[in-house]
Amino acid sequence: MNKFLRTYHPYVSPFDPCKPILEKTYSTPPNLFMGFQPPNLPQFSPQEALRAGTLWKAFYDPWFNPFEKPKRGETS
Amino acid sequence: MWFYEKKLQYPVRVSTCNPTLAKFLIEQYGGADGELAAALRYLNQRYTIPDKVIGLLTDIGTEEFAHLEMIATMVYKLTKDATPEQLKAAGLGDHYADHDKALFYHNAAGVPFTAAYIQAKGDPIADLYEDIAAEEKARATYQWIINMSDDPDLNDGLRFLREREIIHSQRFREAVEILKEEQGKKKIF
Repeated sequence: MNKFLRTYHPYVSPFDPCKPILEKTYSTPPNLFMGFQPPNLPQFSPQEALRAGTLWKAFYDPWFNPFEKPKRGETS
Repeated sequence: MWFYEKKLQYPVRVSTCNPTLAKFLIEQYGGADGELAAALRYLNQRYTIPDKVIGLLTDIGTEEFAHLEMIATMVYKLTKDATPEQLKAAGLGDHYADHDKALFYHNAAGVPFTAAYIQAKGDPIADLYEDIAAEEKARATYQWIINMSDDPDLNDGLRFLREREIIHSQRFREAVEILKEEQGKKKIF
């Protein structure tokens, strides 16, 4: 699983009307962990960076719809 | 002063005619955590913040307008060829009655944009913390829109925009660090 996702397990009642989701996930993106960006971090190539939306590999954390098929060489 | 470059920050491609998605996307156009709110918030806060971070607010505020333009393009492409029947089926009947297919600054539920969405407190830390919160809320909004969209081309653009929210949040956090730094640092005169 994506290292920027966290999970928790909400209480499940025997009387819940819908089928319970046992595990919930939430995003904790890389900006939470960096503090002030240190110098000389690894970079994407200019072409890759324009696609990724960031020059810095450490900040790349794409979000995918779980029901969507990846395309054009994207990886989760 | 601004210079305008007549191209989008990231190419906007839409593979299916899906006016329902336009209804959701309009949240990022005229919603409380949308790109318009972000741009106006940052550009307005610039005047009462320490010199060191004015440039950051200018840069990010300007980029938010480039994002606004991308969202507008997405919404336009998703609705331009839809029939009134299709718009009605997509839940856009109310919008069509008032605006035809014109874009309007309101959120996904049709509530018009208001300056009450944004704040300028005059306190640099309060303002920057609001900016960080705004970026995280916009990031989450993109997540929920991506989760509801099965258009891979559109999601590609939305993923780019979500990544930019992460970077903006990081830069605002660094701005806070810059403003904190004075204390505890040995100043040599």
